[in-house]
Amino acid sequence: MSTYGVLGLLFLIAIFGFFFGRIKALSSADGDIKKLHSLPQFYGLNAVFLAFFPPLLVLVIWTFAQSIFVDERIKRELSPWILAEQKNINLVISEVDRLSDGLKVSVELGSLTYQQISAKTVGLGGIENILNASGVFLTDDIQAPILAAARLKFYMETLGNSFRNWLVIIGSIIGLVWALTQAKLNFRARPRVEQMILVLLAAAATLAIFTSVGIVLSMLFEALRFFGMHPWTDFFFGSTWAPSFSAGSELSILPLLWGTLYISFVALLVAVPIGLYAAIYLSEYASRPVRAFAKPLLEVLAGIPTIVYGLFALTTFGPFLRKFFGDGGFLGVEWMSDSRSVITAGVVMGMMLIPFVSSLSDDIINAVPQSLRDGSYGLGATQSETVRNVILPAALPGIIGAILLAASRAIGETMIVVLGAGAVAKFAGNPLEALTTITTRIVSQLTGDLEFDSAETLVAFALGLTLFTITLGLNVLALYIVRRYREQYE
Amino acid sequence: MTDTTPTNSLFKTSDRTKSRNAAEKRFRVYGIIAIFIGLFMLLVLASTIVLRGTSAFQQTFITLDVELLESKLDKKGNRNIDDIKKVSTFGYNPILVNAVRGSLEKNGIETSLKKKELSGIISKSAPSQLREYVLADVSRIGQTIEFRFLANGWIDGYLKGRYTRESVANSKFASAEQFDLIDELIKVGVVEKKFNLDFILGADASDQRPEASGIGVAVVGSFYMMLVVLLLSLPLGVAASVYLEEFAKKNLFTDLIEITISNLAAVPSIVFGILGLAVFINYVNLPQSTPLVGGLVLTLMTLPTIIISTRASLKSVPPSIRDAALGIGASKMQMVFHHVLPLAAPGIFTGTIIGMAQALGESAPLLLIGMIGYIATNMPANISEGLLAPNSAMPAQIYEWAKRADPAFVERAWGGIIILLIFLLTMNTLAVVLRRKFERRW
Repeated sequence: MSTYGVLGLLFLIAIFGFFFGRIKALSSADGDIKKLHSLPQFYGLNAVFLAFFPPLLVLVIWTFAQSIFVDERIKRELSPWILAEQKNINLVISEVDRLSDGLKVSVELGSLTYQQISAKTVGLGGIENILNASGVFLTDDIQAPILAAARLKFYMETLGNSFRNWLVIIGSIIGLVWALTQAKLNFRARPRVEQMILVLLAAAATLAIFTSVGIVLSMLFEALRFFGMHPWTDFFFGSTWAPSFSAGSELSILPLLWGTLYISFVALLVAVPIGLYAAIYLSEYASRPVRAFAKPLLEVLAGIPTIVYGLFALTTFGPFLRKFFGDGGFLGVEWMSDSRSVITAGVVMGMMLIPFVSSLSDDIINAVPQSLRDGSYGLGATQSETVRNVILPAALPGIIGAILLAASRAIGETMIVVLGAGAVAKFAGNPLEALTTITTRIVSQLTGDLEFDSAETLVAFALGLTLFTITLGLNVLALYIVRRYREQYE
Repeated sequence: MTDTTPTNSLFKTSDRTKSRNAAEKRFRVYGIIAIFIGLFMLLVLASTIVLRGTSAFQQTFITLDVELLESKLDKKGNRNIDDIKKVSTFGYNPILVNAVRGSLEKNGIETSLKKKELSGIISKSAPSQLREYVLADVSRIGQTIEFRFLANGWIDGYLKGRYTRESVANSKFASAEQFDLIDELIKVGVVEKKFNLDFILGADASDQRPEASGIGVAVVGSFYMMLVVLLLSLPLGVAASVYLEEFAKKNLFTDLIEITISNLAAVPSIVFGILGLAVFINYVNLPQSTPLVGGLVLTLMTLPTIIISTRASLKSVPPSIRDAALGIGASKMQMVFHHVLPLAAPGIFTGTIIGMAQALGESAPLLLIGMIGYIATNMPANISEGLLAPNSAMPAQIYEWAKRADPAFVERAWGGIIILLIFLLTMNTLAVVLRRKFERRW
């Protein structure tokens, strides 16, 4: 029986349990609902919970554990042969998968029997013919070790699956019987069901923890594997980024970090003044209609997908800049050889960040108590003097928090730099030159055909982990500052 | 005591006041300038999208009478489908050339162009279009039928002003003579620019045929991804928020969950892509480039958004409702599920739609799980294929087009952005309407 079949059977048992539990509870009260402790459906739900969820958990865990176990076993089985024959392990494994799937299909169609496979009575050629006859076509001739591995896989999976199915179904029936024996007059079904719902709710909340632990662990493991292949001193303190597929790659994060910080700096140079002045004007000067018009429109900038900004940088803003600074441009200079550059990506990213700075600063400026303004006006200060000398100093921590949040966005931004920043990893100061960033390199190292055992691929995980650490640190710091600031005036 | 005469009159502003007032005015102007720069940028972006994208919805078509010659397609003349299948798309080229020549003769246009240049004005997808038509019903061989073909990308570019006679002077793909011919053909109505529905509904094509590529399959891919996101993140997000907001006691564990969720919302999206690659593809062995994996990754990104907005709307339900429910004997669980949750539902749905709109426009994680470089040519036939067969998604398709060398694809990328933005705009409008209609002030 397939996994879906078992799942369907579980559903059926659960539905049956619901109605039967309900009927049984009612009949134990002679059909008088008032005598029951809980409403009848709670007795039914109790049966659903006992007959459905524990077996489901077993099903899921078993399926995952089995696939990992079988894969490891097959790899161990094949590794001497792969080493001896210098094969690509991924290709071999996928061939084994295909073949064992083919065996499964043939057994389902009846052209092969389970006994024939386990007793190895059919040879290489025979299997090929049978597979072809049942519509499974293999690209290559089958090799003996692969067939043996596929046999083993088929055998282990078939056996494991049937064990699993029996376990799940018997478990489900035990749960059902248990719930039905409980479905009596005085059983407190509602508290029991509510308790189980609570467990489900808590499990959902815990998933968030698992996700972030998963993020950190998956990157940490792969990054550690990277550091096992490549010296960490070169990664953190080297000066060159030059991956090559022959040996001797130099993979240092520093040039990438320089590009990332440079572009982010340009972006903040655009976003902070504009965002901050816009926030001050909107919160201190603007009339209600102007505010109601301008604020949402500015926020639209934050809602536009980053791919749009990326395309804008690549096809519109970059070429526009080249008309001025490029070869044959209006200014007659040749400062820009490519439309992708620090300025291209930085300015466009700054556009995106304006609402991040303005919205948060706006909130923070609004949170400054009116009494401070009134005090300042009372001393004869003009409105701008009040803003500069009273409101901004009071709101400064919050504004710094807003800028840090924007910086964290800029550092982690991907699409704009992938399309607009270029691929040159070096410590260049000219903002009209192309530079590359951490996120760009992650994308380029992790797209295309991947082999998860080369330093050139795994370096992306070390880069990702560094990126994660930097942005997380900035965020925690920013949120801490903003919270401290809010408490000050509450 | 002698009277000191005042050095400055109240009726005459002093220099200091003047400069202070000027500073005030300047400050105000800076603010206005900042807002105008922001709005100007929005305007530039919006007009760029419209100006560069709308042309993608139109395409140049060539209408020709094609004689499906028996001598080329079915030499034996017995209409045996297996024999006819042996004629490759290459074999249909002469028929196209004849059709172009026939059209020129009919309209009395003289040309010195060679065979290859004549067939070059038609899209490279035309022979396979013809072949499919013939194979669908072999009795059509020998007839003369009117066809509407896509024009080649270069010809289309000429009509849209992307290429001029000067710019193709050294090109091997198009020539000024071809453009002369096209001008003549436009006059007689054989060549026309028309609305192209295939861009919205069709599939992507290889980088040789920009004129034939469409975004439809990628839209379907995005749809399946959003289906996964909705089915996973809404129940999980609501369950988690209900637990945190209504049941959890404040302790170290729930504090940990809270901190994690607020920080998950700020993790760069590409990091989720790395997670998807490492966990879902490398470890669990889910198939690459599929909407299922894309949906799972986007679910992780959307979950914090949904949890934050759900908690906010749960919080906004006043305690009196809870007290009343408890007071008439509801259990805590009944209080939450019968009273609080239904009242918070509009806010939850608004937050969900906004989270989904974010996920729909997200592209960085999709690059890592292999949704680029893949040419999505087939519509998925059913749900399981929709989830598990490799596909593209709208933002990934746009990125893919942006990367290709031919400028005709840039136009399509902008066109794709228009479609993406229409979806986003619809979703956000829906969210605003929902909020306006059902929002309750307590």
